[in-house]
Amino acid sequence: MTYAIRAEGLVRRFGDTTALAGVDLAVPTGTVFGLLGPNGAGKTTTVRVLATLLTADEGHATVGGYDVRRDPHRVRQLIGLTGQYASVDETLTGTENLLLIGRLLGLGRAEARARAAELLTDFHLDDAAGRAAKTYSGGMRRRLDLAASLVGRPQVLFLDEPTTGLDPRSRNELWDIVRNLVADGVTVLLTTQYLEEADQLAGEIAVVDHGRVIAQGTPEELKAKTGGQVLAVRPVDPADVSTVVAVAGEVAGTVPEVAQSTVTVPVNDPGALPAVVRRLDDAGVAVAELALRGSSLDEVFLSLTGHRAEEDTPVNALERTPA
Amino acid sequence: MTAATATATAPLAPARRLGVVAGLRHTLTLAWRSLVQIKHNPMELLDLSIQPVMFVLLFTYVFGTAISGSPGEYLTFALPGIIVQNAFFATMTTGFGLNNDLTKGVFDRLRALPIARWAPLAGRILADTVKQAWSVSLLVSVGAILGFRLGNGLAGLLGAFALLLAFSLAAAWISVLVGVLVDEPDKVQIFGFMVIFPLTFTSNVFVPTDRMPGWLQNWVEINPVTILADALRGLLVGGPVAGPALQSVLWAVGIAAVFAPLAVRALRRRV
Ligand SMILES: Nc1ncnc2c1ncn2[C@@H]1O[C@H](COP(=O)(O)OP(=O)(O)O)[C@@H](O)[C@H]1O
Ligand SMILES: [Mg+2]
Repeated sequence: MTYAIRAEGLVRRFGDTTALAGVDLAVPTGTVFGLLGPNGAGKTTTVRVLATLLTADEGHATVGGYDVRRDPHRVRQLIGLTGQYASVDETLTGTENLLLIGRLLGLGRAEARARAAELLTDFHLDDAAGRAAKTYSGGMRRRLDLAASLVGRPQVLFLDEPTTGLDPRSRNELWDIVRNLVADGVTVLLTTQYLEEADQLAGEIAVVDHGRVIAQGTPEELKAKTGGQVLAVRPVDPADVSTVVAVAGEVAGTVPEVAQSTVTVPVNDPGALPAVVRRLDDAGVAVAELALRGSSLDEVFLSLTGHRAEEDTPVNALERTPA
Repeated sequence: MTAATATATAPLAPARRLGVVAGLRHTLTLAWRSLVQIKHNPMELLDLSIQPVMFVLLFTYVFGTAISGSPGEYLTFALPGIIVQNAFFATMTTGFGLNNDLTKGVFDRLRALPIARWAPLAGRILADTVKQAWSVSLLVSVGAILGFRLGNGLAGLLGAFALLLAFSLAAAWISVLVGVLVDEPDKVQIFGFMVIFPLTFTSNVFVPTDRMPGWLQNWVEINPVTILADALRGLLVGGPVAGPALQSVLWAVGIAAVFAPLAVRALRRRV
């Protein structure tokens, strides 16, 4: 397997703050890798080191096989970066913003114009192409920002919290864009505070907290790693809930929870499901719903870090109104 | 969304370094970026023009007779200095734009591109030089309409512009330093007003030195604004040139020697 991004032992301090306390990453080429963590975890710092904007105090990293410290100019030719805050020139139009990047990347005038038009169409910004970016909505700015980082057809794309502050519709659009990019062979490193986002897009996730990777794996592996699975049973007759609680509790060995006559209990033993089915059958309880599901990433995060991932940033924060 | 958006084409081995010619091309592109916005926002051009023209008109007709005996004579005395004052204010544009780029994340976007490290700054300064040229031409034209006559013809005008440019390039480093140190663009402008107003008024731009109190005269005589204004009077109107011009150049070199390293270091530290 080839890795588009590798990082080993990245350490970065800002005065007394240790933003990165030894980050290791290996991102296979052509995949989406999610960096999941709360505010202040070190996500942006990691991206800035990998995108050659910041040098690490310790450790080293390669992007596309080139060392970010020794060969930054080469790395810059391979990457696209969409920072945490939409970084478009607000006084320029959508077209001019993309023309600027195209020309800086060495495209000829006509070529840069064609590329700008193509991207504006792809990102549904045709109608706004001739307007100054300061008149754009938050979602439009984000799309323009992303388009700007794609002008040079990067092999490796860094997306730092691409959907923070977007309404659900814009967020879904952005997710589709990312999926299309990966289908085209681009490697994406995506940071997010949203568990759902990492689950939706990333093939592999690293959970970061306090500048360290505290867990890593596919979304499924992470879910399996902590709490195993959850057995959920809902009897047809709500009067049977107490029987279900007794049976499930006995099989699982812990006290189940009850919510709206659905009984849930964490289980580790694969034999738990058939055992519960048999004993409920014996007791004559008719079951309306019976499921074994993985624990959600939310639960995973809580059990890994001891705190929730999304403390004060609502997922569906309203789209920023244009200034 | 079509597949055309991004195709990870098999890359040529990327180049290790950049040539100077490429860096100059990036500088031109970035200068274009700073100037093209005037097209959408013609108000900026007006902004650039109104204040200096207003100063010329107000001072000539309100104070001219009181200070020099007649508006015409006063214009001859004051116009070169007003050009200097305007150049000082204009250097603040560099720091303002840079701070805007830093706070809005545009600077990071540029730094992540495979372009010359110095191009973003150079592009900005080049664009501001063009704006500077515009204001000088405007001031000289307005002056000409009001009766200002060039004493040394075109050569004097070009010399004045070259000297002003050298000084502005040096002073731009002060602006860059401020732009890097403050956390929002408006603070660059506040700095500009707090420093440039007193600095340019305590010179001989508007009032001859011997009309001021003695303690102030000592400062006025060593104020670089006075020295540059004298040099411009020599070049545009007539009189001694070599002395004040040489001193102006020395000031420019001194300012650049102190502030360029400070500004570059502050910028390195901030990004
Ligand atoms: N330029 C900086 N100066 C000082 N502290 C910083 C700087 N950048 C980041 N930090 C600190 O480093 C830590 C990690 O920040 P960051 O990487 O931005 O986290 P995240 O992107 O996960 O929210 C935080 O404590 C933050 O305050
Ligand atoms: Mg961040």
